[in-house]
Amino acid sequence: MKDTAVTTAPVIEAKGLSLTFHTNDGPVHALKDVNLTIGKGEFVSFIGPSGCGKTTFLRCIAALEHPTEGRLSVNGMSADAARQARAYGYVFQAAGLYPWRTIAGNVKLPLEIMGFSRAEQEERVRKVLSLVDLDGFGKKFPWQLSGGMQQRASIARALAFDADILLMDEPFGALDEIVRDRLNEELLKLWARTEKTIGFVTHSIPEAVYLSTRIVVMSPRPGRITDVIESTLPRERPLDIRDSKEFIEIAHRVREGLRAGHGDDV
Amino acid sequence: MRSILPVLVVLAAIVALWYAGSVWLNSQWTYDQAARAEVEVSLAEVLADTMVQERPVLPAPHQVAAGLWEGLFGQKITSKRSLVYHGWVTLSATLVGFAIGTGLGILLAVGIVHNRAMDMSVMPWAIASQTIPILAIAPMVIVVLASVGVTGLLPKAVISAYLSFFPVVVGMVKGLRSPDGMQLDLLRTYNASPMATLWKLRLPASMPFLFASLKVSMAASLVGAIVGELPAGATAGLGARLLSGSYYGQTIQIWAALFAAAILAAGLVVVIGGIEKATLKRMGMGR
Repeated sequence: MKDTAVTTAPVIEAKGLSLTFHTNDGPVHALKDVNLTIGKGEFVSFIGPSGCGKTTFLRCIAALEHPTEGRLSVNGMSADAARQARAYGYVFQAAGLYPWRTIAGNVKLPLEIMGFSRAEQEERVRKVLSLVDLDGFGKKFPWQLSGGMQQRASIARALAFDADILLMDEPFGALDEIVRDRLNEELLKLWARTEKTIGFVTHSIPEAVYLSTRIVVMSPRPGRITDVIESTLPRERPLDIRDSKEFIEIAHRVREGLRAGHGDDV
Repeated sequence: MRSILPVLVVLAAIVALWYAGSVWLNSQWTYDQAARAEVEVSLAEVLADTMVQERPVLPAPHQVAAGLWEGLFGQKITSKRSLVYHGWVTLSATLVGFAIGTGLGILLAVGIVHNRAMDMSVMPWAIASQTIPILAIAPMVIVVLASVGVTGLLPKAVISAYLSFFPVVVGMVKGLRSPDGMQLDLLRTYNASPMATLWKLRLPASMPFLFASLKVSMAASLVGAIVGELPAGATAGLGARLLSGSYYGQTIQIWAALFAAAILAAGLVVVIGGIEKATLKRMGMGR
């Protein structure tokens, strides 16, 4: 069952992408011959054990790393050009809010750098803070907020300049399960409302299955894609969908993919 | 309030030791005087005498306190014998030197962080500059500057800056480099310019480091200004006061000037501490 959005022009396209780090212990193949096309409005999760290159691939899309081989286009241009065109918002594993700025000040940071007018900055901050359910917290400093709220603020910061693509690198990895469930639910709502293309790195199978339209299973040494699973779940996903047969089947397939890719050491 | 008791105990111990030292060091002179006059002195007479000598080896605390009081409040502050007057002369050179040193230190640190050539070349020179005794360099600075017609406050300020830029360079390089890889990556995703990275991330992140450095550099500035007053035979300033005291064996005057300098330094560091607290509080980091 293909989503209609997927069929439009690709937003991210990787062909034969490889990245080799040269270390003192010899070359490390972080990525090897990765081929993937992500369409507009898709929610694609990257899952795999540590060292499988899922974060490296996301960083390549963000032009924070540079592939040694292959072709990568983002929004029809090179990854570097896309970064310069501010094509994406990036959410890191830690919220990384500046302790000397208020929540509103943190969300305003990219807007200041990108030269938005003062009035527009205020307007956008108000809008995205309400989008992540943080109305009224603008004047607080980061340390006054819980870990989950800080991560929501960092998502607001990535959304503030309204890039089409949202790249998220294990954004909820450091949070406890209850908070994570809620943020997953909220992220899906946010995705439905903003229709962004999302690349999402995780090491949690339920999280990947619950959120994604497509799940990319990766394996290490060398980092490569071993399986791409199209989700058959509907776009509207209440939390208890995770008890449905369909959900469990997809989760099972992801687990199988992870096991196959990992050889005997699981 | 409970914390004041240990402070008082330590202070009392220091004062008691000081008195003991005064008696011990000054009694020799009393005995010599008595021997010369061929009279016997009792222990009580010796004790009393060691407290009131005019040029004691080690002035008793109350003598220094009296000298300090007399110097600070005993005369018009424009008098050549007023410690307020001399303190002001030294303070003005200190503040100018501190400003130059801090500015230079921050500029050098920004250069070191942004430019690889500066990173490799400036720091060794900065360290080398601090290994040369300031007493050796101060006279040369004053002579060289005097030969091009610069005299008065500025040469002292230059020596003061020479001492005070170093802690600022070291602290600010550390501070400007304190943001981690993730915070720098974040700004790269915004395609931020190096200028924006400096203003929005590196400088704010370095504030706690800056204030720690400023406290050290303020004390160094004062030392620099005082040292700068010594070789030129200056007639005004706490350094001049120390110098004239040592010419004439006026130990009480020396100690009073030393304490005036210490009080000045403590006051300046407290002022910086206050600015630090207010700044960090405004930045949401003062907890």
